[in-house]
Amino acid sequence: MRLVTVSGPPSCGKTAVVLKTAMELRSRDIQAGVIKFDCLATDDDERYRAAGIPVQKGLSGSLCPDHYFVSNIETAFDWGVADGFDLLFSESAGLCNRCSPHIEGVTAVCVIDNLSGLSTPRKIGPMLKAADIVVVTKGDIVSQAEREVFASRVRTANPKAAVLQVNGLSGQGGYELGRLLWEHAGELDKIAGRRLRFPMPSALCSYCLGETRIGSEYQLGNVRSMSIERGQANAHG
Amino acid sequence: MHTADLQTDTAAVKTATVAELVREYPYLQEFLAGKGVVPADCEEKTLSQLGLAEEAMEFIDGMAEFLGEDKSERITSISIQAGTDKDGAGEPFGELQVSAGEIVCIVGPTGSGKSRLLADIEWMAQADTPTSRRVLVNESEPDLSRRFGGGPSIVAQLSQNMNFVMDVSVSEFLALHAESRFTPNAEEVCRRVIETANELAGESFSGETQLTALSGGQARSLMIADTAILSSSPVVLIDEIENAGIDRLAALEVLTGEEKIVLMATHDPMLALKADKRLVIENGGIREVLESSAEERVLLEELVRLDRQQTTLRSALRRGERVGPHTIHAHNATNNFEYNSTGGMQ
Repeated sequence: MRLVTVSGPPSCGKTAVVLKTAMELRSRDIQAGVIKFDCLATDDDERYRAAGIPVQKGLSGSLCPDHYFVSNIETAFDWGVADGFDLLFSESAGLCNRCSPHIEGVTAVCVIDNLSGLSTPRKIGPMLKAADIVVVTKGDIVSQAEREVFASRVRTANPKAAVLQVNGLSGQGGYELGRLLWEHAGELDKIAGRRLRFPMPSALCSYCLGETRIGSEYQLGNVRSMSIERGQANAHG
Repeated sequence: MHTADLQTDTAAVKTATVAELVREYPYLQEFLAGKGVVPADCEEKTLSQLGLAEEAMEFIDGMAEFLGEDKSERITSISIQAGTDKDGAGEPFGELQVSAGEIVCIVGPTGSGKSRLLADIEWMAQADTPTSRRVLVNESEPDLSRRFGGGPSIVAQLSQNMNFVMDVSVSEFLALHAESRFTPNAEEVCRRVIETANELAGESFSGETQLTALSGGQARSLMIADTAILSSSPVVLIDEIENAGIDRLAALEVLTGEEKIVLMATHDPMLALKADKRLVIENGGIREVLESSAEERVLLEELVRLDRQQTTLRSALRRGERVGPHTIHAHNATNNFEYNSTGGMQ
């Protein structure tokens, strides 16, 4: 089975892109399934189900979604193999910009939309920088110039990736993305033993363990204090 | 665009100072910023000393490809080789060539396959899409690496659903666009874009106008002028130009004047008849390629005359005048768009 990790900021169109691509693959007799990772709630699994795409969802709840993803991707992979998929999409939502679910040797897609602002490509970090394929969405509602400026920012953040414009509504570009994924993603027997492309944040502090009170006396473990420059109000009169 | 040797010279990148490299590759500043390096602090250092030489070389290669700097060949024509429709029936036209400066109109109901035709061109299909069409560039098989460049796509798109979303002024916006293309003489080019847009729009605007404050007609004019002059894509696909107080024929002339290959989905009679060829799309395929008949050309002249009258009446109304037959006659005497070039009220 082939595995593809898909990540991207909230509401960028990940589900629409995966859905349209999975349907394009199906029209070529390639069976795709989806494992959807999210934090608190998602109805996206219903959208896949309605389109007849096999789907599982995992909600991280009180856990860090990144850690939840990495500790469950093997189970998801095994599900895909057991159900006889040709390709499994792992769609991760709710990740912080510090992280990425991308794995060495597994095709990595970052979805990002034209409306998200020019500084977003630089801000979202390894999700974009460590991707093999960047899918840019919502190009049908912004001007050509804005698309070009945005593409150049994406390119600056990740000069190596293949960049594709996909319209999640009409599905334009979905056929091409499906083709690219099918050619790019290699057949895998197992996922265990592979490594994340970018380490998860190092954090084990009292808040990871459920602390809710504010104040230095409640902080234990791996915490870092920010440095604050004082006296700015006086300096500017 | 600089003309330096774009095959990154490994030794040179390793031994050149940061100051020299930034002069040669302005976009390296963005790369260095991403690494938390301030160029001013290390102008005399080399990238090897900073431990960034290899990454920087990859970056420069990627950017050179993105900017299309080593693919300087101008695209003067695209050719579409016939494929099949949704039922696998062959398209009847063999090969269709469209050259720079030509306009092709696409007609057919929603869902008939207009988007697929556009996608085939953008993808430079090589019998690897559902239609099995092939697209040739300058009469030969295109360089397919351009498919994923992310940069200058072969097709620029203009549709009536598109809006400006950036919260900046017109000048700032054009400067950003020019900067993303590393356009030489950016200021001059940006001024020309605004000037051209004002020739198309019914009401003029300045560079200080906020992008999101432009009227529908002004925004569309700016999009067209910007696509014609500042965008490097040789093919422009237009999905209807609405009649929102912009001189649509002049808009087409701006695009063809910049040697664009224009494909336009429209059912507006004047625009459709203005095209050199008309593609009839049905059931996912091109059913027919029509050229304007003599009768249609006569009809076009009549439609153009009516469009001019509409424009004249609209601008008279905008000025607060009463309108009547005299408005049109006065216009016919001067036969120009007096409100355009002089910038509004008079």
